[in-house]
Amino acid sequence: MSHWIITPILLPTLMGAFIVMSVRHQVALQRVFSLVGLSLLLINAIGLFVYALGDDIWVYELGAWPAPFGIVLVLDQLSATMVLLTSFLAMAVMLYAIGSDWDKKGKHFHALYQFQLMGVLGAFLTGDAFNMFVFFEILLIASYGLMTYGGGARRLQAGTQYVVYNLLGSTLFLFALGTLYTVTGTLNMADMAVRVAEIAPENAALLRVAVVMLLMVYAVKAAILPLQFWLPESYAAAPAPVGALFAIMTKVGVYAIIRMYTLAFPQDAPALIGTYDVWLMPVIVGSLVIGMVGILGANSLSRLAAFAAMGSVGTLLIAVASFTVESTGAAIYYMVHSTLAAAALFLVVDMVQSRRPQWQDAIREDRPMPQNGLVSACFFAVAIAMAGLPPLSGFLGKLLILKATAGAWWLWAAILISSVIAIMGFARAGSLVFWKGNGLPESDEPAFEHPKQPLAFVGFGVLMAGIVALTVLAGPMHSFATETAEQIYDRDSYIAAVFEVKEYATVDSHGAEPAGDHGEAATDSHGATEGGH
Amino acid sequence: MSVEFLVASAIGVLTAAGIYLILRLRTFPVILGTSFLSYAVNVFLFTTGRLAVGAPPILDKYAENPVYTDPLPQALVLTAIVISFGMTAVVLMIALSAYLSGGHDKIDMQDETESEERA
Repeated sequence: MSHWIITPILLPTLMGAFIVMSVRHQVALQRVFSLVGLSLLLINAIGLFVYALGDDIWVYELGAWPAPFGIVLVLDQLSATMVLLTSFLAMAVMLYAIGSDWDKKGKHFHALYQFQLMGVLGAFLTGDAFNMFVFFEILLIASYGLMTYGGGARRLQAGTQYVVYNLLGSTLFLFALGTLYTVTGTLNMADMAVRVAEIAPENAALLRVAVVMLLMVYAVKAAILPLQFWLPESYAAAPAPVGALFAIMTKVGVYAIIRMYTLAFPQDAPALIGTYDVWLMPVIVGSLVIGMVGILGANSLSRLAAFAAMGSVGTLLIAVASFTVESTGAAIYYMVHSTLAAAALFLVVDMVQSRRPQWQDAIREDRPMPQNGLVSACFFAVAIAMAGLPPLSGFLGKLLILKATAGAWWLWAAILISSVIAIMGFARAGSLVFWKGNGLPESDEPAFEHPKQPLAFVGFGVLMAGIVALTVLAGPMHSFATETAEQIYDRDSYIAAVFEVKEYATVDSHGAEPAGDHGEAATDSHGATEGGH
Repeated sequence: MSVEFLVASAIGVLTAAGIYLILRLRTFPVILGTSFLSYAVNVFLFTTGRLAVGAPPILDKYAENPVYTDPLPQALVLTAIVISFGMTAVVLMIALSAYLSGGHDKIDMQDETESEERA
């Protein structure tokens, strides 16, 4: 029995605690331990991913308590993909944060970063609905610290809004879980899937209320209309490396929707017909349109990045909410792309912000910034990825989504028209910020000096290399994504894997004892029953 | 009927008060509102194992007519209380520092004035 499935959660926990306890005054040591921790995490995640390629579902019972009584961790292809994606993203963003000295601008950046990873990875690995709530809270409480990292009035005010909004989301999450427990009597996802399928008709109404409440919670996380108001301001005000790491946070909501609404609450379950399939797609299209129009209307690059993140989640959710094998496969491919691209975009925004002392990231012309050519090339590349233009993987992802939703003309119209608007938005922002400045008359002020920060560009380059790899290996990646989708819709094998009785190797002298105890207890209760008679 | 009515109306009143308060303009009432909502959800979680009066949360196999209350919601509510307590402390600290650095405790962002200041 190997324990490597729980190390992605334990490693950041221990590393975060160690950093905050022992090396909190030495930034150099924090960087070393942080990078070591992230490297180990990445190796661990690759190992888990290779295991998951074998189509086995790995179920780990915490404390050897069998499901559904104990909490289980479940590693299937979907969660292995998400764990690998998170580790890769965390590594690249950390390189940027170190290279741009963001981690020196406040306290405890590295510790909060590790705790954030603990929450995100836990949410991807758990197979228990209440445990998912707990991991959501962990990732949220770390994100509150990261969101307001570095201080400043605007960031703290946006942080207050963000915290209050998410507290309400957490309260709703608890209401939903409580109602689900009342109706189904379980919190284990696989067990819930079994119980929902055979729900009594008198409980169906209560179940539908709970299912919709839970969907609202995930909609808050994924920023779906009309619960998206927190996102633009929070992401724009957050420190850029944090904004880049938060690219995975909206995906936590998307992951939870894929997991729960294919496994436990499929839209064709008898009790759930017409519950959310009617209205989910229109609101997703609404949030896609808001995100893409926001790109064109944004007055600063950080807001542009926030709206772009929202728009790409909208595109992604169109594929998710179609709930077919083909569309879910497309969604998984696009999810990897959209996470990497959104993170890279936030990093470019920070490069611009720190190189323009007067206007920062406002979308208007200014004198050319230091390293103007290099930064604008980065922006150009990431804009192509984000808008979904060839040759990068955004184009392929959108193509797969279009292919999976063939026949729904209004979805095609929404995706294609909003993409055009996004391209216009990126073109407008890029030409104003990077191009127009070259024509301005020379001023007498001395040129603004800015360190070259090669490591920051390496962090950005790692993300872009991920996107390029996703493009070059599109064939194998897409067939893997389709295989993952097939595994997701094979609900019976997931449920069977969770309930499979596991053998634990025990030391002989102890191994005999529980069996003896059990036998005794059985005789006892038998005796008691007879006594009762 | 009486216990159910009491508990249900308590949850309802707490939720209503919480929702009224979170719609206020300033941070202090909003934080009070989130506290009220978390009280409401804690009481609600208690009831999710159905209400049983005077029953222990363990099975007594020697009892004539075993009555027990579901222990799981109690464990859940304990987790929820600890989390909401910590969260309230965090939101208080963030709201306080936002007030101290921003000079006002309004919950909404002052977008226009800020972009004018920039210009």
